[in-house]
Amino acid sequence: MHRAEEIWISIIVGVLILFMVILGYQTFALSMGPPSGMETIDPQKVDQTAPFDKPGIYEIGENEYEVIMTLEVFAFNPSNIEIPVGSEVHFKMTSKDVTHGVQVPGTNINAMVTPGHIQQISHTFTEPGEYLFLCNEYCGVGHQSMYTTIVVK
Amino acid sequence: MVLKNRETHETVEKHSKKILGVNTKDAKLSLAFLTVSFISLLIGGVLGLLQGLERSGLLQLPSWLNYYQVLTAHGILLLIVFTATFSIGYLYAGFSHTLGGLLAKVRKMAWVGFVLMVIGVVLVVTTIVMGDASVMYTFYPPLAAAPMFYIGLVFIVLGIWACCFGVFVNYRHWRKTHRGQVTPLFAFFTMGVFVLWFFGSISVTVEVFMLIAWSLGWIETINVMLSRTLFWSFGHTLVNIWYIVAISAWYVVIPKIIGGRLFSDKLARVVVIALVILNIPGGFHHTIVDPGITQNVKFLHLIMSISIGIPSLMTAFAMFAVFERTGRKLGGKGLFGWIKKLPWKDVRFLAPMIAMISFIPGGAGGIVNTSNQLNQVIHNTMWVVGHFHITVGTSVVLTFFGICYWLIPYLSKREFTPQMNKLGLIQTYIWTIGMILMAGSMHLVGLLGDPRRTSNTTYGDHEVALSWVPYEYVFAIGGTLLMIGVIIQVYAVFHMMFLSPKGYTEFPIAEPEDDALLTPLWTERWGLWIVLLLLVVVMAYAPIMSLIYNAPPGSPPFKTW
Repeated sequence: MHRAEEIWISIIVGVLILFMVILGYQTFALSMGPPSGMETIDPQKVDQTAPFDKPGIYEIGENEYEVIMTLEVFAFNPSNIEIPVGSEVHFKMTSKDVTHGVQVPGTNINAMVTPGHIQQISHTFTEPGEYLFLCNEYCGVGHQSMYTTIVVK
Repeated sequence: MVLKNRETHETVEKHSKKILGVNTKDAKLSLAFLTVSFISLLIGGVLGLLQGLERSGLLQLPSWLNYYQVLTAHGILLLIVFTATFSIGYLYAGFSHTLGGLLAKVRKMAWVGFVLMVIGVVLVVTTIVMGDASVMYTFYPPLAAAPMFYIGLVFIVLGIWACCFGVFVNYRHWRKTHRGQVTPLFAFFTMGVFVLWFFGSISVTVEVFMLIAWSLGWIETINVMLSRTLFWSFGHTLVNIWYIVAISAWYVVIPKIIGGRLFSDKLARVVVIALVILNIPGGFHHTIVDPGITQNVKFLHLIMSISIGIPSLMTAFAMFAVFERTGRKLGGKGLFGWIKKLPWKDVRFLAPMIAMISFIPGGAGGIVNTSNQLNQVIHNTMWVVGHFHITVGTSVVLTFFGICYWLIPYLSKREFTPQMNKLGLIQTYIWTIGMILMAGSMHLVGLLGDPRRTSNTTYGDHEVALSWVPYEYVFAIGGTLLMIGVIIQVYAVFHMMFLSPKGYTEFPIAEPEDDALLTPLWTERWGLWIVLLLLVVVMAYAPIMSLIYNAPPGSPPFKTW
């Protein structure tokens, strides 16, 4: 191989390794890893399984809420979530039918909700406003109408 | 410029005596694949335009032609049919050219593959048109298409396998009759593509067989996460198959077209070997924000996905080395003077050159998609659509278009005329501008959160959704330009197949530099590369076995369209 080639390969390998180290640090040391809910559930018995038998918004601490949510074509339950500004919200979600995706534009909330698994994602809403909460995985003919809002006051 | 280059090439050929004439039977085979390819491009392109216009609210699709149906057909026709048939047509032509013709039985196998693929495409497309398979090209369960859709996919895969075995048989035969020699570089690339195609498609075939049994009601439920994982282990491999096909032309053909030499035969082979070995686990970054897979496993796969960047950056180095050396040989002075010496008015160079340039933002965007935090910002948004239109739709497809201008006249024994060159240049500019507008605005609006695979909506006139609309207009305009580009390209292909004057066009194969080092024979140890590929697959996918033994109860089929 040419000398310049060797230098180039060393540089790119170095840069990519540095990049991997940074991502590893973010993932494990700063707990910035992607949503990876590992709990399972029978997708055909969501309504009978706790906590999804009672979907809703629960205050679990000071400025801390848990949203137990079920997704089905083409709706979120609960919808129209209201929380006070500065709240940390833990979403616990599962699907009753096909695969859905939840996304809140303007935040890092973006996760797949596949039937059979319980997906979790948390976010602290520091700015007041009406946040769009939508399904971003194609789930059928009414996919574009699967959305709701989170009102932060 | 064009003519001058061509003259120098012809003198080189007379001396080398290596160039073989095109075998008519092999040419017919390649032309058949290319014909199917460009018919798919035309239909898929029209469907793409319809989507762009619907999405931005400029067009209302009739009730019998649903947005999601159009999107499914667009994806299947372009991502599977167009790319596969083009790749096979082109690679078989080059394989035949560099190895001195196909064996009769290999030609037969490829024809069997052709027939199987056509049957498959007809079954798949018919099912989509009938409205029984609006499941996207990803066909994620538990969305369930009619069984015919999955059966059609099996035919397509079997067709590709027939072509894979054809290449393996011909390669073995050549090695036996040419002991102690390294295969021509083009044939080496061909082997890389077909090895990856075969091993990469085993997983999706397993998935599809499970889906057939499930959609027919033989089994009641399906493992959703396992299906997604099997799909993507193939899905991203396919992306890199297109990529190896494209770089085969960058390494082997481009140096010849610009009047230069092959930079480093060994480097090119190392890049192919690395892509073959590293590739299959790369697909995992498509499921970064999925449940059911631990963060540790996701991180392991992140490392593997980013590793694929190494051969890509080696390619960038090699290509710029070729350009600079050639430009300087042709009298380019100073730091950048060599750039001016490149044949910018030759479409056979311009189209793949723009393809290479677009791989810079394309590759950078790919690294964004692989990185878990950044992925969470752009996952399933229009960013992703922008990303693969700039990688597949530009880096790969523009290279394919550039290939057409010499490959098709070579196969149809016609001349590549200055008029066709001019038309090709216009096509390339229109394509480039269309893609900058479309992919550019898709990237931007994706960052703002506009979801992909969603028909026209403003989410009850929510202010965030309304802020996306201007970008959607821009990508509709870009899409319109691309449609014009498709029409010109299909016309050019038709013209070069049937109307251009009879004559001779060469298959450009670059010669090595005079002081080139000999390529070591160890690069030809495909058995070893396949073992390494399988080891990497086992290492990557062994932790995923938990998707089987720790699986939730499965899902029954749903039809939601």
